[in-house]
Amino acid sequence: MIEVNEILQTMQMIHEQHFDIRTITMGISLFSCKGSTDRETADAVYSKVTRMAKNLVPVGESLEQELGIPIVNKRISVTPVSMISGENPALIAKALDEAARDVGVNLIGGYGALMHKGSTRAEEILLESMPEVFRDTERLCGSVNVGSTKSGINMDAVRKMGHVIKRTATLTADSDGFGCAKIVVFANAVEDNPFMAGAFHGPGEPECVVNVGVSGPGVVERALKAVRGKPFDILAETIKRTAFKITRVGELVAQEAAARLGVPYGIVDLSLAPTPARGDSVAYILQEMGLEKAGAPGTTAALAMLNDMVKKGGVMASSHVGGLSGAFIPVSEDIGMIESAQVGCLTLEKLEAMTCVCSVGLDMIAIPGDTSANTIAGIIADEAAIGMVNNKTTAVRVIPAPGKKAGDTVNFGGLFGYAPIMPVNAYGNDAFVERGGRIPAPLHSLRN
Amino acid sequence: MKKALVSVTGVDKPGIIAKVSTALYELDVNVLEISQTILDGYFTMLMIVDVTSASVEFSAIAEKLNLVGQELGEVVNIQRADIFDAMHRI
Repeated sequence: MIEVNEILQTMQMIHEQHFDIRTITMGISLFSCKGSTDRETADAVYSKVTRMAKNLVPVGESLEQELGIPIVNKRISVTPVSMISGENPALIAKALDEAARDVGVNLIGGYGALMHKGSTRAEEILLESMPEVFRDTERLCGSVNVGSTKSGINMDAVRKMGHVIKRTATLTADSDGFGCAKIVVFANAVEDNPFMAGAFHGPGEPECVVNVGVSGPGVVERALKAVRGKPFDILAETIKRTAFKITRVGELVAQEAAARLGVPYGIVDLSLAPTPARGDSVAYILQEMGLEKAGAPGTTAALAMLNDMVKKGGVMASSHVGGLSGAFIPVSEDIGMIESAQVGCLTLEKLEAMTCVCSVGLDMIAIPGDTSANTIAGIIADEAAIGMVNNKTTAVRVIPAPGKKAGDTVNFGGLFGYAPIMPVNAYGNDAFVERGGRIPAPLHSLRN
Repeated sequence: MKKALVSVTGVDKPGIIAKVSTALYELDVNVLEISQTILDGYFTMLMIVDVTSASVEFSAIAEKLNLVGQELGEVVNIQRADIFDAMHRI
């Protein structure tokens, strides 16, 4: 029988410490939708997505009620659109946006391309279309993979993404460049990530699948309060135990959701994903570990341990762990990160170091509107290099807010939060970025 | 057996157990265990119940208990017990 204190602990996690299932994401393959024109493809895409995901939101809501845990988002990821598109991918973008609206999901991901080694004509066209598409759609997100450990970095793609981000910011200037919040540039992108904006349904995935992302920075922070002043061994053990409990609930929801939707259960992504709400912050965990603010010396070590212990606790709790699994450090979506950035304790350079040891990368960072496309490309290249060499996923999601300069604030609203504009090193790199070509894949022996 | 947890929180007053258990009885829900505490000044009652042979859908039980809660001026919720097993038992 379950003990009363265990019941109360679970209820406190949910009601006071913001523990929730962050997302149930249905992955849908679009390969069967390819028609002889983009119009035909778009129609088939709309009909397939609305058919497969018809019950996604009702099932999510009934699970939420029965299990008594909030399931914050129900979302859809699809095959990278450039794999089925031709001359006019915007038609498919529109179909996806409408399908998302009609089944009631807030975001749908997959308007992107895998071009870590090179690009097809369809991928080039899709990249070109991105700024207008993200201006004209509401719920669509996209990602582009520009590098991998096995194939190196496609510097042509890196350069182009600098321009895509810059132009998207200009076209969505009335919302401080919010369009850029829907674009992620990856190295070593994973095919089963349920978290937006970087979710897509990889080509190695089945026809349809359900992936679940859990979250609970507040739960970890609370658990760590109880072990203040104790050595790292105890700190590590506490994080592991907490991650285990959180992930077990993710596993339960994933199993149930998959069974009710009649599709295979893919993975649980055991990430600590913050929201702008107080008490739902990864930065606060780092502060609870003993740092005055996130960004203080020691931050990278603290984050490395947090990230590793979350994984160690989580893997035992789930039969299939995947996605990005680790600690996220999106600046605008984390109240503690925002506070650190505001006082200048957290800089772009420190964040870059932090991305070496945690999941993903430079995420939701607002930068000055006059940052050049090549500077953005340089930031992408640096991040991709970290991913490539360390055999991990890294990503860049920066927002060059038009007309804003370092120290100003932009507000994206809701889960996307708000962020102070961070200064960017503006020394030139044009000759470097414009070389083009590929950075070869790194050596995997002689490691030091 | 399909177990669920009924939780009642609010201000202590007479008749809470009586009203909640009557409602459960009317829906053929069997009460397995009851515990009651005052937590941070709040009345908290937890009931483990068996909904295997309930006469209505889970959502209808939840609705009925919500109504009882409104009459009593308490917050009454029901959730499946699976989440507690998942979290605290290997």
